[in-house]
Amino acid sequence: MSSLEIKNLHVAIGEKEIVKGFTLTINSGEVHAVMGPNGTGKSTLSKAIAGHPDYTITSGDVLIDGQSILEQEPDERARAGIFLAFQYPSEIPGVSIANFLRGALQARMAEGEELDASAYYKRLYQKMDLLKIDRKFTSRSVNDGFSGGEKKRCEILQMAMLEPKFALMDETDSGLDIDALRIVADGVNAMRGPTLGVLLITHYQRLLDYIVPDHVHVMYDGRIVKSGDKSLALELEAKGYDWVKKEFAEANAR
Amino acid sequence: MKTSNDSETVIAPAEEAAANPTINPVSGIDQSSGNFRYDMEYAFDAGTGLSENTVRYISGVKKEAPWILEFRLKALKTFLSKPMPTHWATKDLENINFDKIRYYLSQGQKPKRTWDEVPDDIKKTFERLGIPEQERKFLAGVEAQFDSEAAYSNIKDLVSKQGVIFVNSTEGLREHPEIFKKFFGKVIPTGDNKFSALNSAVFSGGSFIYVPPGVKVAQPLQAYFRINAENFGQFERTLIIADEGAEVTYMEGCTAPKFSTSTLHSAVVELVALKGAKIQYITVQNWSANVFNLVTKRGIAHEMAHIKWIDCNIGSRLTMKYPGVVLKGRKARGEVISIALANDGQHQDTGAKMIHAADETTSNIVAKSISVGQGRSTYRGLVHIPKHLKGCKNNTECDALLINTNSRTDTYPAITVRGDRNSVQHEASVSKVNEEMIFYMQQRGLTEGQAMSLAVNGFINDLARQFPMEYSVELKRLIDLEMEGSVG
Repeated sequence: MSSLEIKNLHVAIGEKEIVKGFTLTINSGEVHAVMGPNGTGKSTLSKAIAGHPDYTITSGDVLIDGQSILEQEPDERARAGIFLAFQYPSEIPGVSIANFLRGALQARMAEGEELDASAYYKRLYQKMDLLKIDRKFTSRSVNDGFSGGEKKRCEILQMAMLEPKFALMDETDSGLDIDALRIVADGVNAMRGPTLGVLLITHYQRLLDYIVPDHVHVMYDGRIVKSGDKSLALELEAKGYDWVKKEFAEANAR
Repeated sequence: MKTSNDSETVIAPAEEAAANPTINPVSGIDQSSGNFRYDMEYAFDAGTGLSENTVRYISGVKKEAPWILEFRLKALKTFLSKPMPTHWATKDLENINFDKIRYYLSQGQKPKRTWDEVPDDIKKTFERLGIPEQERKFLAGVEAQFDSEAAYSNIKDLVSKQGVIFVNSTEGLREHPEIFKKFFGKVIPTGDNKFSALNSAVFSGGSFIYVPPGVKVAQPLQAYFRINAENFGQFERTLIIADEGAEVTYMEGCTAPKFSTSTLHSAVVELVALKGAKIQYITVQNWSANVFNLVTKRGIAHEMAHIKWIDCNIGSRLTMKYPGVVLKGRKARGEVISIALANDGQHQDTGAKMIHAADETTSNIVAKSISVGQGRSTYRGLVHIPKHLKGCKNNTECDALLINTNSRTDTYPAITVRGDRNSVQHEASVSKVNEEMIFYMQQRGLTEGQAMSLAVNGFINDLARQFPMEYSVELKRLIDLEMEGSVG
């Protein structure tokens, strides 16, 4: 059992503070949904945790099993078990998905150790069958010319292969039609289990019909302003974010 | 004939730099594989500087026919009379000091036929570079040149029984003049440029190959060019003739240890593909960052013949090389596939020339360059299709990848197409490896260096696939080493 602790995190892009005291602990086995209006710092949060160089953590801490990861490079954090499913995954022309994943797995092995190629492909095909992905898919270049749905599927396949301790899923539902959404959700649900903790960032309730969260948090102005169970998401759907904004403004005024 | 090293050219104590393969991002090229040298006693040494005596010495050592000495002396005059081409090329050429260079160094004239006969230090050099192993695995013949002469040369019996000739330039001109004299210096005349003239004056080593009509050499022939001495100039001369319907693949590799002084490599390579013949010429150049690499390469393709240059330039201080094909016969085809990687302090000035001289000839140029740090890459292309021809086609693609903002890339494509019965296509692109892409890859667990080299390998992937397997693996390894060194 592992834990990802985000403690009073403040994140700035340049001079501008975006995340303002975000606190949350995710244990393996749990799925936390973070919802909120646009521009409230949801994506910034996930990129900062993953170590993107454009985001400066001005105070607070992020710990895996009590160990701070803030001094680590993005690749060290990844190897420590953080996986970020990108909202807009990069294209890597000329590098096949199969070779990319192979490189990523090889990077997790000790010096001098070689990945067993046949075992690798066996596992890759297993995961692809599970996610209902055509086998021809892995010979295509990573995200190169992919549709929105293919890009998200590619993210999910990578997640399945890299078996992270914690997955940060940044607006995974954006740009997906309902069929693609279902495939992605089925994939995440298949990976759910006692060894995986998930932070699900979304703007809409829609995704939560398919991936049912254990906890729902509402993020506004850079921090969590309300937490609850899955019913909170339904309440948000019914009332809209204005309700949260109003409540937040009143709380600040008092 | 035997001379000793004078005080100016005393060879420094042998360095075993490979034992400590540190990567120096400033000087660019990683030399962990090629950066080592052994202390040598040279039996033949033309001394330092270039004069008529130097040329006479080289010709004398080789016991050449009078016409060759004549050819050399004329070339020397041409070389001296031609200005440096700095009106269009880089001023860095002016830093070559022709008076400080040693033009001929060898231990002996006759290459050995077995590795056991090769002197120990030379043998060790090539073993460290993996040559005997490659020979056993996948080559039809190997020539290993050490400074001015081949130390080893061998061709598999099966291949020589088919009538294939694979010798060095001295032996080719002496033993088989009836075959080689006709084409020698005809594809690239002495006065083509200043450096082809220099090569014509002092050439030594290289490969002379003849493949008889209809013979298809299944495995590649390989030459490996090794510079061991400091302040040295290597001037190999290669001439490959594929007779009617013949096919041959030739591969060359090059390395040198890293010296603080500059080294000159200036080769001339001539290819002749007679009717229906096919020649594929593959280069993986990995010179150290002190080498001026100024090479002239051209082929003549007769009717239905096909010449393909695969040219890969990773190392050197300055490379200037524009492999060309003269499409002389109807339906001839010429191709240049070029990959250049310019790291900090390096300038890769490369490209291609396609001269269409018959109807229905086709040519294809795909050039990809990668500039890292302060590295600079230049593409120069020349495509010429005259008005009276019909049914000619050219396709030119040049793509540049920049790894950071200081990198520089220039493209000078010159395409002259006259008449309305021919077609050309030209595409060029410049792209950058951006921070988001690197972050994305790092987020999957790859280090920054691994991410960079993956991006670069992806960029050239479609071209690397055209290499024989063993060479594409080597290419990938070299790029990995380069990119690891460029991070930080």
